[in-house]
Amino acid sequence: MINLTINNIPVSVPKGNTILDAAHKINMHIPTLCYHPDLKVAGNCRVCVVEVAGSRELVTACSTAVTEGMTVSTNSYRVRTARKTIVELLLSEHNADCTKCYRNGNCELQWLASEYRIGDHVYHDLVKEEEKQPDTSSLCIIKDDSKCVRCQRCVRTCSDLQDVGTFSVVNKGKRQKVSTFYGKPLKDVFCIDCGQCTSRCPTAALTEKPLYEEVWDAVADTSKHVVIATTPAVRVAIGEELGFEYNKQSDSKIIAALKLLGFDSVVDAGYFHDIYIVELCTEFMLKMKQDNENGATTILPYITSCSPGWVEFVSTKYPDMKPLLSRCKSPRLIFGSLIKVYYADKKALNPKDIITVSVTPCTAAKSENAQSQPGIADVDFSITTRELVRMIRQSGIDIQRLDAADYEPLMSEHSGASVLTEVSGGTTEALIRTLSELITGKELDPQMLRIMPLRGENGIKETTVTFSEVRAGWEFLKDKDIRFAVVNGSKYAGTIFGQLKENKKPYHFLEVMICQGGCIGGGGQPIPVSSDLIKARAAILYSLDEISSLKKAHENAWLNNIYREFLTKADLKENQKILYY
Amino acid sequence: MDALNQKRIDLIFSNYTTSRYQVLKRTLQRSPDDIINELMDAGLKGRGNVGFPTGIKWKFAKREEASEKYVICNANESETGTFKDREILERVPRKVLSGMAICGYCTGAKKGIIYLRSEYAYLKEQLQNELNIFHENIKEFNLDFSIEIFLGGGSYVSGEESALIESMEGKRAEPRNKPPFPVNSGLYGFPTVVNNVETFVTAQVIFAIGAEEFVKLGTDYSSGSKLFSISGDTAKPGIHELELGTTIEEVVNQFGDKNTKSVQVGGASGFCIPQRQFAETVIGYEGLTTGGSMIFFNNSRSMYKVLHEYLRFFAEESCGLCTPCRIGTQQLLLGIEAVKRGDKPAEYIEVLKKLALNMKTSAKCGLGQSVANPFISILENFKEEILY
Repeated sequence: MINLTINNIPVSVPKGNTILDAAHKINMHIPTLCYHPDLKVAGNCRVCVVEVAGSRELVTACSTAVTEGMTVSTNSYRVRTARKTIVELLLSEHNADCTKCYRNGNCELQWLASEYRIGDHVYHDLVKEEEKQPDTSSLCIIKDDSKCVRCQRCVRTCSDLQDVGTFSVVNKGKRQKVSTFYGKPLKDVFCIDCGQCTSRCPTAALTEKPLYEEVWDAVADTSKHVVIATTPAVRVAIGEELGFEYNKQSDSKIIAALKLLGFDSVVDAGYFHDIYIVELCTEFMLKMKQDNENGATTILPYITSCSPGWVEFVSTKYPDMKPLLSRCKSPRLIFGSLIKVYYADKKALNPKDIITVSVTPCTAAKSENAQSQPGIADVDFSITTRELVRMIRQSGIDIQRLDAADYEPLMSEHSGASVLTEVSGGTTEALIRTLSELITGKELDPQMLRIMPLRGENGIKETTVTFSEVRAGWEFLKDKDIRFAVVNGSKYAGTIFGQLKENKKPYHFLEVMICQGGCIGGGGQPIPVSSDLIKARAAILYSLDEISSLKKAHENAWLNNIYREFLTKADLKENQKILYY
Repeated sequence: MDALNQKRIDLIFSNYTTSRYQVLKRTLQRSPDDIINELMDAGLKGRGNVGFPTGIKWKFAKREEASEKYVICNANESETGTFKDREILERVPRKVLSGMAICGYCTGAKKGIIYLRSEYAYLKEQLQNELNIFHENIKEFNLDFSIEIFLGGGSYVSGEESALIESMEGKRAEPRNKPPFPVNSGLYGFPTVVNNVETFVTAQVIFAIGAEEFVKLGTDYSSGSKLFSISGDTAKPGIHELELGTTIEEVVNQFGDKNTKSVQVGGASGFCIPQRQFAETVIGYEGLTTGGSMIFFNNSRSMYKVLHEYLRFFAEESCGLCTPCRIGTQQLLLGIEAVKRGDKPAEYIEVLKKLALNMKTSAKCGLGQSVANPFISILENFKEEILY
């Protein structure tokens, strides 16, 4: 342990800790801006400067490791004036139209400005007129350079966390800025729309492209029947921003809130996740069968494609892998298409009069669309958790005071397996539950309900499943190792593809989530984000599975209805348009 | 010869004999500790702008245990008014290479790299020819050390050692967070000694003449001699080797045009010394530490224009990474323009002064920290010229 004092308060922290870590330990607040707990330390903004006895210059608390006997002052005259000057400088470079700003009220620069009471502008306004035109070309993300503080959190997020690298720093001095490749519009450069940058941007330089105003218009239009689907990942995160802890009653209160907002029908996306698991499993089994019949010698994995943005990632970075992607639609597109086909039919509605709204933690979902029927989009509006929170705020509803309400019964029943699909590794767990019973014809060994190697924060997780008994037709799988791997975040895709190319570790099944943690760590979740919050959300989702009486997707009785009545299982082609790309 | 001229030395460019690499050969027969001790006895300090003791730097690198170590010669000579490294590389490259090889021998580095400023690309060929000869010779000396040339991208901040290393790794030339310092974790994370061109030459000079002889020159704090790039309003522009501890007055008497009102010592990032401080200002580590740039301004010059030009330079050459430097340089420039135009009151200068001082304490690297040097020294001595 290293001993030091901060503002005369002694503190001991492990070697390698920074001054900022030590300050956190004794609850001493040091303001930061470019620092983010999920990212590599940068030391760019200099907001966290502190004074260390014996050092001529101030040092940044975020980047300076503690040393034995260090004497730190976080509030000396030199520190205060430097810090205030830095905030003033940042504001001079910032388009401070706070009242009109999308991040008004949740902006780290605004907080700093209010903390240091930056009044009259001391310095010249450096914002260039041409910067005031945001890049709105992307369907998912808006980039507004006039709001950028050059902290480079987006650059680090995109390169280090996502392995995408949409943004980089260009030019130097007064022309330095964060730019896309050659400054091209976002829609024309490689970007997987994951939105991880938007949830780490301290200001409104990068935000999701909001659609909630359009949703308000839809619910106000009496000629439209608006159906909204939420997912568990959204529901567990809402409370973080609205200030309540998620519990058993939360879901029914959220339903009540959505009805109050004006939605005609509220469904649980879990139902569609169950359908997705069944379809995914079917496609996977057929692929294994086909490989066997073709006498394939090398194993090429069947790769999930449900994480929006993943298809774009593979198409650009690993195009030779693209044929291995599942053709199955993502759960939210299945939601859209079934609402407009099956639900419309059941409720005697014209699909053209139905508006489907999906709320997910995902910004990339905004760009993902398909049409099962000509001219009719499966999903009309995709909004993020953050946008839904905004709608609830605007409505003035206090969720905690609402009485419970119920989902639309037709399409809301869901299994514990469906809940898992939003945690990294969960889709694989859910699939194995169904796969086991379909291959063996026997009830699942309860031990298989918790596949621990597939849980947790590792970037690559794997497990092997072997069936000693198989049903007729699946003899080729008897006693054979079926290898599953989970890629927890797009940055690990390169590693696993590298292994595949060298044929070191052949996998049969590969689950990929572009965001670390899975959907629960999506780029549209409430700000601030951190790996601790993701862990907490994962714990809730696992517990929801534990308490659910229905564990397997294919046992969902309401699912059987739709398959019997509507999606005749024998004829995959019929279902093709609804469930597959 | 008058007393002043005795201050002029000729060590760096002299004795360039045809017997190649004799000093290197001789030095390699000694133990690394012995060599480093001699450097420390000689009191050699870095000949760039910072003045870190060279012997200690080599000692730190030697102490590190690593599979790989590097010796980098910083030839990104970009400080305004400096052109001595170019001359050294043109005229006595052999001394530079010897200095580097001895450093490699002492620290255990097997690889040397010359970070050559892109504007000096024309030197690359002749330097490479000399390197071929060097590599031939070094084989005979049984030293496992090779040197290659890396051509920089042309940015000022690359002169900062960690930015230089970043640029060599193929990244933007931006300073790193320190510690760790390059001697502990430099190029690709390996211990790296980064020394200025002149530092390597001077080390070689010390091994040639001995520390005892070397310390006869200069003062207790600043031993030896150093090259100065003299330019501006002078009849004798060029490179001159002077003993350290010289006062500005002595230099002005020798090189000035009898009309010198100020000397900018250390280039854009250095200090403006007005006439009334000539006598009291000593050039050396106890006084003004400098990389050797001396720009003379006579009475015909507007100090506003001088300062404006320096600030314009900084606003351009800041890498843009840290807030104080990126925005501060722009605000200082716009600020003095506004005061000059009358858009801001004269008191606004005080706001700018405070800003410059805050940049000194909070900027990430030497570039942003040193903007206050010219700003405050020019402002305090030529306030009327700046304001009106």
